[in-house]
Amino acid sequence: MNQVLVLVEQLSGQITRASTELLTMARRFGTPIAFIVGDDVSAQVSQYGAAKVFRGVAPEYDLHPVAPWVDALAALVTQLSPEAVLIASSAKGKEIAGRLAIRVGSGVITDAVDISEGFVATQSIFGGSTVVHSKVTEGIPIITLAPNALEPTASPVEPSVEDLVVSFGEITTAARVTGREQATKGGRPDLGEASIVVSGGRGTNGDFAAVEGLADALGAAVGASRAAVDAGWYPYTHQVGQTGKSVSPQLYIACGISGAIQHRAGMQTSKTIVAVNKDPDAPIFEIADFGVVGDLFAVLPQATTAINARKA
Amino acid sequence: MKQAPDSVAQKNLKESDSTLDRASVDAVLNDLDEYAIEAALQFSEAQTSEIPNRITLLSMGPERATEAIRKGFSMGADDAIHVVDSALAGSDALATSLVLATVIADREVDFVLCGTESTDARMAVIPAMLAERLGWPQLTFAGEIEVDATARIVRIKRMTDDGVESMESPMPCVISVVEQINEPRYPSFKNIMAAKKKPVETLSLTDLGIASDQVGSAGSRTTVVDFAVLPPRAAGVKVTDDGTGGDQLVAFLAAKKLV
Repeated sequence: MNQVLVLVEQLSGQITRASTELLTMARRFGTPIAFIVGDDVSAQVSQYGAAKVFRGVAPEYDLHPVAPWVDALAALVTQLSPEAVLIASSAKGKEIAGRLAIRVGSGVITDAVDISEGFVATQSIFGGSTVVHSKVTEGIPIITLAPNALEPTASPVEPSVEDLVVSFGEITTAARVTGREQATKGGRPDLGEASIVVSGGRGTNGDFAAVEGLADALGAAVGASRAAVDAGWYPYTHQVGQTGKSVSPQLYIACGISGAIQHRAGMQTSKTIVAVNKDPDAPIFEIADFGVVGDLFAVLPQATTAINARKA
Repeated sequence: MKQAPDSVAQKNLKESDSTLDRASVDAVLNDLDEYAIEAALQFSEAQTSEIPNRITLLSMGPERATEAIRKGFSMGADDAIHVVDSALAGSDALATSLVLATVIADREVDFVLCGTESTDARMAVIPAMLAERLGWPQLTFAGEIEVDATARIVRIKRMTDDGVESMESPMPCVISVVEQINEPRYPSFKNIMAAKKKPVETLSLTDLGIASDQVGSAGSRTTVVDFAVLPPRAAGVKVTDDGTGGDQLVAFLAAKKLV
């Protein structure tokens, strides 16, 4: 039986969409074996074909980001000798993957948008201008998968869960969390995983109400250009671009964003791009499938009303 | 720190070996490393101890990486270590972290400050890999840093997608900083002049005791199978708002079945 080890993440008892994508991807190559931490979400995990779920329950996972996961996955790699390890391309996922690669003597590939036979990973680089196929040449391939790489599909199996006991070293526990402030998300989807993103830039003049209104009508995440974040108008966690997040949603709506190359590098692999900007010469229009030259404070509320009317 | 192509430049891979075509682009100090240098300078300036701090820049890269080192000097760093070796070309993150960790392990270092990622490769794994190789704690994605030099403890605010985590770690440790941490300074005239005289220690793989087959294309554990440059995205329909711009936008989305 070919086994593919998958790191499954959950957010308050719900496995993430990225995790369901990883499990679906793993089934292309064999049987997914999942590692989870925290609440027993094995019933959800088995819906996506994981024959076996290992569960980490130690308090260390909560107190020390990254390192305990590396210890646990390294133990599972030794125990199972899987064909590959798949991890979500989040900031934390990539750190875990990088350290695991050193620990188990493997190569690592990050931000794959697809994985084909022989664990050949497809990456979209340089802001989506170049597509690269690469593979791991030594050890067990460790690959992090970008969000929205594929449409997750269910394939239920009987759940089987086992607690994984790992002894953590001194170094694993040396850096510790002493406090947490949860970001207020306002019920909107996660920026990295959202299938629709509505972003605001300099043109909002700091007023994101119209952007948020359109986002909520579409069930979208809200993004922001670096200019808007630098001005203090929107939190850094929402920054889209060369620095900040790279997003690749079905639909990206850029509002009052000129579309400098640094911003485009973080969003131009979106399937459909729509732009609203007062400046007819804004570079964002060069890559927009549909552009409206106009005032976002007029165009966005009208679009929001029209979308809500369609739903009614 | 790393010299990376100017982030506004068009970047390409070379046909010959599928590595970044560095000759065709202007290279500058990786934008995100400026924040790490600024954080080091701010820490150093806030210290009152008799023993002066030294800020050493560490870079692995071709000869011309000295330009990026000069930029770091002109901001105020004290000295630099530059690992140059023709065998390093094509190194992946594993090989790169091996070289950097070998240099760091050999010196008395209180902490290592890094940018979170380079603007070209964008893997964002080197800081964590350094921590793994050095056996040091990692404090990554710091939006704030507080150093207690007496107790030898570093505290940071780790910026995550879910919010902010307060973390602390003993020294030595590896810290990476996000760009909201500070506003990197512009080089002063005095520092630009001084930059020319600051010492750069150049090291080869032999100096570090690393075999050439552990790094470069030979020592990397990943390989590029092939690559293709995509045609640039074409502009679509552009309308000027005549009072129905919002409705036209929704009509477009409806036609695409996006609403």
